[in-house]
Amino acid sequence: MSRPVDPEGLAARFIDLEKHETTHDRQVWGMRQNRDKAVADVPEWANLRERASQIKEHTLTHLDQYLEQFEQNATKHGTHVHWACDAEEHNALVHDILQAHGVKSLIKSKSMLQEECGMTPYLQKRGIEVTESDLGERIQQLSNEPPSHIVVPAVHKLRSDVAVLFAKDIGTDPNDSDPHHLTEAMRQAARPRFMAADAGMTGANFAVAETGGFVVCTNEGNADMGASLPSLQIASIGIEKLIPRAQDLGVFIRMLSRSALGSPITQFTSHFHGPRRGGELHVVLVDNTRSERLGSADFWHALKCIRCGACMNTCPVYRRAGGLSYGATYSGPIGVILDPGFNLEKYREIPFHSSLCGSCSEVCPVKIDIADQIYKWRRVVAEKGLLKLSKKVGMSAMGAVLSQPKLVHAGESVVEQTLPHMPRFLLYNKLNPWGKHREVPVAPGQTFRQWYLKNRRKNS
Amino acid sequence: MSSRDIILASVRNNLPQPAVPLPENPEVQRSSHVGEAILGYFQRELEVMGGRSFEVADATAAKAKVAELFPTAKVICSVVPEVPGTKNLEAALDPHDLNDVDVGVVRSRIGVAEAGAVWLTEADLVVNALGVLSQHLVVLLDPTAIVETMHDAYGQIDLTASSYGVFMAGPSATGDIEGVIIHGAQGARSMTVLLLAPKRSDG
Amino acid sequence: MKVGLFIPCYVDAFFPEVGVATLELLERFGCSIEFPLNQTCCGQPMANSGCQEDSAATEALFVDCFQGFDTIVGPSGSCVHHVRFHLDAIEQTPQAKKVRAGTRELIEFLHDDLKITEFPWAAFPHKVGLHDSCSAVRGLGHTRPSERVYEPYFSKTRDLLGKVRGLELLEIDRPDECCGFGGSFCVTDEAVSAKMGYDRVHDFYRHGVEYIASADMSCLLHMKGVIDRLKLPLKVIHIAQILNGGPQ
Repeated sequence: MSRPVDPEGLAARFIDLEKHETTHDRQVWGMRQNRDKAVADVPEWANLRERASQIKEHTLTHLDQYLEQFEQNATKHGTHVHWACDAEEHNALVHDILQAHGVKSLIKSKSMLQEECGMTPYLQKRGIEVTESDLGERIQQLSNEPPSHIVVPAVHKLRSDVAVLFAKDIGTDPNDSDPHHLTEAMRQAARPRFMAADAGMTGANFAVAETGGFVVCTNEGNADMGASLPSLQIASIGIEKLIPRAQDLGVFIRMLSRSALGSPITQFTSHFHGPRRGGELHVVLVDNTRSERLGSADFWHALKCIRCGACMNTCPVYRRAGGLSYGATYSGPIGVILDPGFNLEKYREIPFHSSLCGSCSEVCPVKIDIADQIYKWRRVVAEKGLLKLSKKVGMSAMGAVLSQPKLVHAGESVVEQTLPHMPRFLLYNKLNPWGKHREVPVAPGQTFRQWYLKNRRKNS
Repeated sequence: MSSRDIILASVRNNLPQPAVPLPENPEVQRSSHVGEAILGYFQRELEVMGGRSFEVADATAAKAKVAELFPTAKVICSVVPEVPGTKNLEAALDPHDLNDVDVGVVRSRIGVAEAGAVWLTEADLVVNALGVLSQHLVVLLDPTAIVETMHDAYGQIDLTASSYGVFMAGPSATGDIEGVIIHGAQGARSMTVLLLAPKRSDG
Repeated sequence: MKVGLFIPCYVDAFFPEVGVATLELLERFGCSIEFPLNQTCCGQPMANSGCQEDSAATEALFVDCFQGFDTIVGPSGSCVHHVRFHLDAIEQTPQAKKVRAGTRELIEFLHDDLKITEFPWAAFPHKVGLHDSCSAVRGLGHTRPSERVYEPYFSKTRDLLGKVRGLELLEIDRPDECCGFGGSFCVTDEAVSAKMGYDRVHDFYRHGVEYIASADMSCLLHMKGVIDRLKLPLKVIHIAQILNGGPQ
């Protein structure tokens, strides 16, 4: 049985870092606000959203056909298409390709899928140097941490953290935390790595069945750099990334960056249809539990995700707790509904790392019923007997008491009579989590029921 | 059974029911930009994305503009006839040799107003790396070759005609350190669009 | 109109004045109120933790108490949302379906069903900050969620509060961000819940609010806990109390 991730404990530690948490909350809420402004500029947004959802649902309900169509069309223009059932097979396939080409150093752009597969440590163990080219991913790589946000992987860090990190890695001044200087320093340090790389890897935002190509959206242009320098290029693509036609890209590209950062498009929207002149292009299509999730009536809609991160930006829990509190590749609301599908035992606390406010479902550009799925995952956790013992006991007790009117009335009497007289040390201690940051309510002189009996008792 | 067969079989076994039909493309309302000239819309969005644009009358003006904007540039690599460069670019060139380019000058065949973006393919760039290794990028664009939305753009472009095509909107950027927007994260530090129709080759 | 009065467990125990205000308010509008004495809870605390088995008996009791009513009204968005959308740990008999469909939250009952437009007895000359609970906003449609910038704005709670003499409604920075109560979340994810509560009450406080008003006492219970710990000069009040004309 996997040791479960403790999101609540991790969250508490982040919240204790007052400057980190308040900066994080402010920055990430800012992205939500920018999303609102950008969406307000597209009056047909509701329409687009509905179409985006339908296109994804259509594709997923016909996924086998579109996968075959993609492979056929990709192969036509010289792309090598590989298939990996799971993470291990993906890593082995990638390693084989790299080894066959004598690759010693690899430069990669952001890919949640590669993160999910644990590809980087796998390759590094086998002697291949892997450099994250996205600034946020590079910061995380140097910190030995996974990304904390899908779009801005190091958003939980302060500039002063980055300054210290870069001082160690590229010899900058640890006291100079000007983001301009830090970014410039990393630009200078990264360029030689691009130049020296033997291979470039990317993920994919969309794979187009009709054309056999795929699309990568970045703001830095690092995917383009990695694809245009080394002659070997490999893209890892989750099978759920398929969309039917080139024209469908119009819908998704219009929604992706507006939802993510509030800009109408990412700085670079790169389309790859075959190897470049003198190059070689490989695509690895990865399943890794996706086809299984497809078969789940309650949870398959999560496969519609286009990885915009809007749900994270709006989530009040994510903004306070930080993305690392989820202890998984995917954080925020989308993480809450994806992670238990990868490993229910390890992530059994995650569905409770939510106040069920529902904001995520509202901002999702492809109408994933995120909040409803969070609710459903809780039932799965409970049904599989994986609830924390204290919660299981507490819920059983509540269920037993609340279904018995006499017990409830007796309990209320006890509370009424003892609460006003309890000394603070009895009320406020480790056994009372409510009382850590809040006062306990004052017990009134009588319950409503008692008032009703005295003042309105009817002959019934 | 190959992994391909296993995956396809697993997908087929798990296809959700009922199947959902493919919807047609949405009607674009455009009410927030009715009456606004496309060129102005494009220029405004390009600025939002961190780029800038200038209308230039002819090739001479374009050449002068580049000189004015980049007076200290040593290596100018141009693939357009309007602006001469200092470094020749042939398709066979090793992309790594472009690492010293200060200013890259290319021409885009189509711009997208709502995104402030220009479309560049391997044919336009000659060598793809020119688009990202140049310290600064100058893009010539016919002001009448701008469409309004991404739907329009995808309707006009044949994606399969090029192994590489990019919508570039402004310079390379990042907000990864405390959300502060920085231009020139990896690729071009600046993007300048010069609005000029291509010279018609009529003799 | 005969109405079955549904008073949530925590309102019965800790905030009976909200129950009293709800009852009196409905009576003012000619409703004949009956309060089934055996009611305890709608089952939400257990159900929200995924514990369908533990929720079943309580949900069955709820249906049993209210099956004689066409209309059931309760002053709690989260409880009513649970009844209408999630009360399914028990067999969905005709009675269960009827009770579920007939359960109305107080604000929507006044605004949509009775279509009340005046509260002549109500005066509340204070600076008020409005807290619509997440269940009310995104669950029951009390008001346009802030995410839906492409839809015209509406708010049932504002419509009603606008009819109260002297009441000054103040705007805050994050109109519908969650306060952090979230049911058992408030103790299981305590640090996050508390921080959300702190941020929410500060948003009201720094905009000069005197009273935080809500149609959900659970949110107010949580925020009051934070307010009292911080000793902030803020008060909480249920909208039923304001509409009923007190306290002053």
